[in-house]
Amino acid sequence: MVNNQPKISVENLRLSYGHREVLHGLSFSVAPKEILGVIGPAQSGKTSLLRCLNRTIDFVSNAFVSGSIRIDGEDVLRTSDVHTLRRKVGMVSPLPVGLPLSVYDNVAFAPRCAGIKNRDELDARVERCLRQAALWDEVKDRLHTLGTKLSGGQQQRLTIARALSHDPEILCLDEFSIAIDPVTTMRIEDVLKELKSHMTILLVTNLVQQARRLADRTMFLWNGEIVELDRTEAIFSNQPRDKRTYDYIHGLFG
Amino acid sequence: MTASQTDNLKRPRMARSTAAIFGERIIELLIRLCGVSAIVFVFGIFLFVLREGAPLIGKLDWTKVLFSQEWYPTSKGNVRYGVGALIVGTLSVTGLAMLFAVPFGIGAAVFVSEFSTGKVKETLKIVIEMLAAIPSIVWGFIGLSVMNRLIQEYLPAPVGLNLLNGAILLALMSVPIIVSIGEDALKAVPDSYREAAMAMGATRWQTVYRVLFPAARNGLLAAALLGVGRAIGETMAVLMATGHAVNIPKSIFDPIRTLTATIAAELGETAVGSDHYRMLFLIGVLLFSITFVVNLLADLAVRGVRKQ
Amino acid sequence: MSASPFTVTPLVRRNMRRELAARIVLGAMVAAMVLPLLAIIAYLVAKGAPLISLKFLTTNPTHGMREGGIWSALLGTIYLVVIALAVSAPIGVLCAVYLNEYAKDNWLTRIINLAVVNLAGVPSIVHALFGLGAFVLFAGIGRSILAASLTLAIMTLPVIIASTKEALAAVPMSFREACWNVGASRWQTIWSIVLPNSLSGILTGVILQVSRTAGETAPIMFTGAVFFKKIQPGTLFAYSLTDQCMALSMHLYTVTTQVTNAPEPLPYAIALVLLGAVLAVNAASIIVRSLLRSRKKW
Repeated sequence: MVNNQPKISVENLRLSYGHREVLHGLSFSVAPKEILGVIGPAQSGKTSLLRCLNRTIDFVSNAFVSGSIRIDGEDVLRTSDVHTLRRKVGMVSPLPVGLPLSVYDNVAFAPRCAGIKNRDELDARVERCLRQAALWDEVKDRLHTLGTKLSGGQQQRLTIARALSHDPEILCLDEFSIAIDPVTTMRIEDVLKELKSHMTILLVTNLVQQARRLADRTMFLWNGEIVELDRTEAIFSNQPRDKRTYDYIHGLFG
Repeated sequence: MTASQTDNLKRPRMARSTAAIFGERIIELLIRLCGVSAIVFVFGIFLFVLREGAPLIGKLDWTKVLFSQEWYPTSKGNVRYGVGALIVGTLSVTGLAMLFAVPFGIGAAVFVSEFSTGKVKETLKIVIEMLAAIPSIVWGFIGLSVMNRLIQEYLPAPVGLNLLNGAILLALMSVPIIVSIGEDALKAVPDSYREAAMAMGATRWQTVYRVLFPAARNGLLAAALLGVGRAIGETMAVLMATGHAVNIPKSIFDPIRTLTATIAAELGETAVGSDHYRMLFLIGVLLFSITFVVNLLADLAVRGVRKQ
Repeated sequence: MSASPFTVTPLVRRNMRRELAARIVLGAMVAAMVLPLLAIIAYLVAKGAPLISLKFLTTNPTHGMREGGIWSALLGTIYLVVIALAVSAPIGVLCAVYLNEYAKDNWLTRIINLAVVNLAGVPSIVHALFGLGAFVLFAGIGRSILAASLTLAIMTLPVIIASTKEALAAVPMSFREACWNVGASRWQTIWSIVLPNSLSGILTGVILQVSRTAGETAPIMFTGAVFFKKIQPGTLFAYSLTDQCMALSMHLYTVTTQVTNAPEPLPYAIALVLLGAVLAVNAASIIVRSLLRSRKKW
């Protein structure tokens, strides 16, 4: 890799809801085209971290963020164009959300919002994203049924296709496998391995083994602090630097 | 060339046109303006009604106005604006109406919410919506034509257009609002309360009065208050059905006159800017203030529900 | 312990009796509301229906309103309702959009919500005073359809706000988040997802206000409605905005209280037309609601 500048660099990120601080000064960086796994028990701040990355934290009225997040060197927290930022950062939510639009419109939604009107361009894009999300073959004959009428696993892949539709450079997945069956999970994991060739992926997961299978490096987040961030093999070796990591990975708590 | 570089060549840069962004700014400004419009209107109503009445405020002896029952706005030589009897009229007809409407309304809310299901529930809700939709002028007409005769025929009343007539109409008019708000309040009680009570062997009725009534107390209070607000402000029905006599009622068969009916009946005959005209606007200010307080209390009660 | 574990004890029997009694009493209370409604409708139909014909609906009143039809009143009501809602529906919907989609949880929002609640509680006769003071006199519009419609518009505003807010809140938050996540702006989200999916609720609320507006009398009495006005029959554009007009509700008031020796069925027929129109509109809103609910997209 020619480029040594990190894709994302986070410094001393603090987040509080009202008077309750949930992220206590996180600092880490993610290299381009890396998969960073984020593991940790519920309430450890994983989702909040992702919401800071694409600034959807703005919609939480009592949230207060400090520190800095840089994507390609640009300060996320102070950017004036949040919409362009959010297009750069694809986000996949824990529960599949098919918008109440047709499958086609679900995927074409973001490009349309971004001002793309050309029909051919939209068609090509929809097909590319659905293929990337391994959904094309299942829905190509019913692109005009409602996205909400697909099965849970299909909706989750639709969500991924939608997240890809605006050409993100970073893809954040927030416990994407929580509501879908193991077979579909495996298919999506294969999709992620493919995507890794041209984007940076932040994989927040409730399944530690998923991080082990996919991530280049893994971060263990606990109570709003980074307990450990290292190469995945090191984290899953029998001697992680912190005992809490070992305990969590081996199911002794959390 | 890497994959991402070829992609970048193919893909046009994503950017919305300036016109689209500008249009969105305009719409959002409009939304914000409309958002604050409610405040503007409430203040506007108060200020404009007060503005027409204000010049008279200094000229009146307010203890006399509020407590005297002598309402002779058109008397030659000795004009008196005592609204005491009108206030009593409004309060008595509202009070009597609530005596019917609150128990019936809350009873019906309980029936709809707790004792009926499926089709019956849907139908009852529709019927209540229909009842709420009947215009007050139609109620007034019914009071004048039907109730008038019924009361004269079956009750020992000298006239059919009286306190009772108006109160029955007002009760029927305010019951739907009590039912719908009351039902909301009961619905807001979590099902786990009901299940817990039932699991201990309570009957439905025991659940209602031992569990749901205490839990939904504030909401039911709000329902009753909103019913009161509706009844105080009602105009056409009481204008037509209560006999329109300035009078402190001694029985429920006496005719009365309300604040609202007085404005409706007399405003058309006053000259703009005359004392009488201004006095009617001051009555409007009084009505506005009364209903404002009642609604405020209802809102506080509802807020209490949400906090729980 | 008795032989069977489920023996009915006196206590249980008493509770069951009470349960039955409660059911009967509450049922009777409901009946006390439902029966008058049915009785009123039946009575109005019996008394008024014979007079109603197409000719009755489409001719002007004549002979001091004792004969002829109700055309000018009917058309006047349509004018008032259409203009009032054309003003209040957009303002009300946008206000609800502000409250539900934009407003932060702060003092301004609390004040707006309070204002909406209180606006809903303002007596109709006070609206009439406001309309007279603000539109007729201060703004100099004069007694006219425009002034009366604006008065009605402000009266219907809070209810439209409340019903729209409810409809907007029924759209799941996750849809909005999904849109924001892909870079859609607030307004794009509202326009393409939130509004289309709350349309049924918004429409139902607005339609319900049609019936309420049509029945109102007090707010138009001093702002634009007159006892009698002859208009050119056969055209829908017989009134202009600055004209005063007749209205069904006002006409019923006039015929019952001001006109002596009106034929007995006449007020019943007017009341029946008014009630019929109002209930038909209500029924329409119920149909719209159930129709759109069955087509729910999630």
